[in-house]
Amino acid sequence: MTIAVFFGCSFIAFGPAFALFIFTIARDPLRVIILIAGAFFWLLSLLLSSLVWFIAMKASNDKDQQLQRGLLIFGVMFSVLLQEVFRFAYYKLLRKASDGLAALSEDERSHISVQQMAYVAGLGFGIMSGAFSMINILADSLGPGIVGIHGESQYFFLTSAFMTMAVTLLHTFWGVVFFDGCENRRWWVIAVVVALHLLVSGLTFLNPIYEGSLPPAYVILVSMAVWAFFSCGGSLQNIQQFLTCWKNDAGSEVAS
Amino acid sequence: MAENLANVLHEQLSEGFPDTHRNNSGEGADRRRVVEGADQELNGQPPSARPSQRLESEEDEDEELTLKYGAKHVIMLFVPVTLCMVVVVATIKSVSFYTQKDGQLIYTPFPEDTETVGQRALNSILNAAIMISVIIVMTLLLVVLYKYRCYKVIHGWLIISSLLLLFFFSFIYLGEVFKTYNVGMDYITLALIIWNFGVVGMICIHWKGPLHLQQAYLIMISALMALVFIKYLPEWTAWLILAVISVYDLVAVLCPKGPLRMLVETAQERNEPIFPALIYSSTMVWLVNMADTDAESRKKPALNSTTPESQASLRGADDGGFTTDWELRQQETLGHMESSEETRRQVQEMPRTSPAIQSDDSEERGVKLGLGDFIFYSVLVGKASATASGDWNTTLACFVAILIGLCLTLLLLAIFKKALPALPISITFGLVFYFATDNLVRPFMDQLALHQFYI
Repeated sequence: MTIAVFFGCSFIAFGPAFALFIFTIARDPLRVIILIAGAFFWLLSLLLSSLVWFIAMKASNDKDQQLQRGLLIFGVMFSVLLQEVFRFAYYKLLRKASDGLAALSEDERSHISVQQMAYVAGLGFGIMSGAFSMINILADSLGPGIVGIHGESQYFFLTSAFMTMAVTLLHTFWGVVFFDGCENRRWWVIAVVVALHLLVSGLTFLNPIYEGSLPPAYVILVSMAVWAFFSCGGSLQNIQQFLTCWKNDAGSEVAS
Repeated sequence: MAENLANVLHEQLSEGFPDTHRNNSGEGADRRRVVEGADQELNGQPPSARPSQRLESEEDEDEELTLKYGAKHVIMLFVPVTLCMVVVVATIKSVSFYTQKDGQLIYTPFPEDTETVGQRALNSILNAAIMISVIIVMTLLLVVLYKYRCYKVIHGWLIISSLLLLFFFSFIYLGEVFKTYNVGMDYITLALIIWNFGVVGMICIHWKGPLHLQQAYLIMISALMALVFIKYLPEWTAWLILAVISVYDLVAVLCPKGPLRMLVETAQERNEPIFPALIYSSTMVWLVNMADTDAESRKKPALNSTTPESQASLRGADDGGFTTDWELRQQETLGHMESSEETRRQVQEMPRTSPAIQSDDSEERGVKLGLGDFIFYSVLVGKASATASGDWNTTLACFVAILIGLCLTLLLLAIFKKALPALPISITFGLVFYFATDNLVRPFMDQLALHQFYI
């Protein structure tokens, strides 16, 4: 509950996303708009799923703890599914807009590729998801208090921050892979993404046994990163060229 | 006075296109947002010189250019709106003065701490009704003043309002910030600071100044005004006023007999400058005075100066924009010269020796948004952060909703190409998201955070 905790956790949770925003998105107005619209779509999905959960909760017995926990789990699963539905809806919207823009431009090409839109949309989802999960916790960390005074884990803030970072980056990679699957009509890709999202959320039910939720989430994160890299055209050769071109002077830069 | 300023600042969105009219000088005393469609191609060229076979591809290019510039314009408005909201939210969260109940304005006389919910609802409806009628009366008064060319009165009104904001409200704001952070400050230093701040602000806003400084001052006075509203409007009244004012904005701008629409049309007929104190502009208004009487390419000289223009328009004479002193001096030094239609056209048709300064298209096509919109957006987000049980999610949700509303409004602007109100879509989204997030999402997210479940 010190300033150090606040800054540390906020940088852990939002550092990568912020860096990605500054270096890849902030300069291009179209990408900023796609990012914010992605955040908006995630927000809509959250709204609808909270509505469903709220109705279910109000209609049930308040005192029954097990039932409430069960309803919460149901709420989480439903929310995950709804998020993926809205991701698909956003894909459709972006496709239509991109086609419109391409039709109007002189050379019939769009100024932004589907992979770029996928990355930006995924990042939008991720940033909003991370922000909603973490901001209240960060605000509380500035105030007085002792973490885990009733016997809970001391590492509440730290684990929340790490989980938030993982979820943000996961959303980005899921976005890339998802859009790629939609583009190439590979429906099994979409099914895998949904399943992985459900898995990651499901693993968090094991909290506060953090060994059950954090390491698997990071393993999934790394594998999703590799998958996303290969799905949008990366290859081992690209990496090699990227690394060796540091030795060349002002040579061919590999734009990924 | 503050309320006069508030309704004077209540704006609408509009876009003029070069082939219809020059909205640069266009709009009237009131609040409107103009997307400048600058006609670089027509710079100095008589209209007849344009080759006609390029018309079609130009149209397509124009459409695509509109869309290409559309994204840039949206960002040019996102940044100041975001800054204003950040200032307001930061103040609300740190300075407790603006969330304390220190009474209410005379425009909202009915108290909201009543025994029954019904009584409270009734009081807030009455408050909102009184406030909206005040705003409508002020708008009509402004339209009447503008129609009968009482520019001095309008100017005086604006100057008094900005004086109040820049000196008095910022003094109070600074005082409260010092109290919050326990900073000891003597009156002499404070007087120096406030004096400099206020005077530079008056100069930047009403006369000339660096663009970014002017933008910064406009953002600051919008934030100050929004903070005043957040402090003095009770909760239900505030939400009701926001809802009703977006309906009023819609009606006033789009209905044929709406006051704001009449104002726009009057100003367009007269081809008069907008009062810069009420509009946030994202670019320098580069206006060169080489006027055709059909007002196609009427532009005025540099840096946001409107006083020469208003003087010229007041005189009503076609003097080419040169003041009488200047002309007298010219006649003394160079002999008798006159800026008439003839001479100007001849000058324009002369071949250019130096390459014409290709001012960046995107720079010229600036966007303008009325300060009233800044104020009401910030009121919504500020109220959300002040009253939503200390929840940051609600603030964030309202913020995103308002930005998306602004984006959609600009998209509609690009499609319909006429005056549009900027409040309705954003405020509707903002209100929907505020109530939904506060009542539905907050309990859900609280439970999730408690158990550390992630969705």
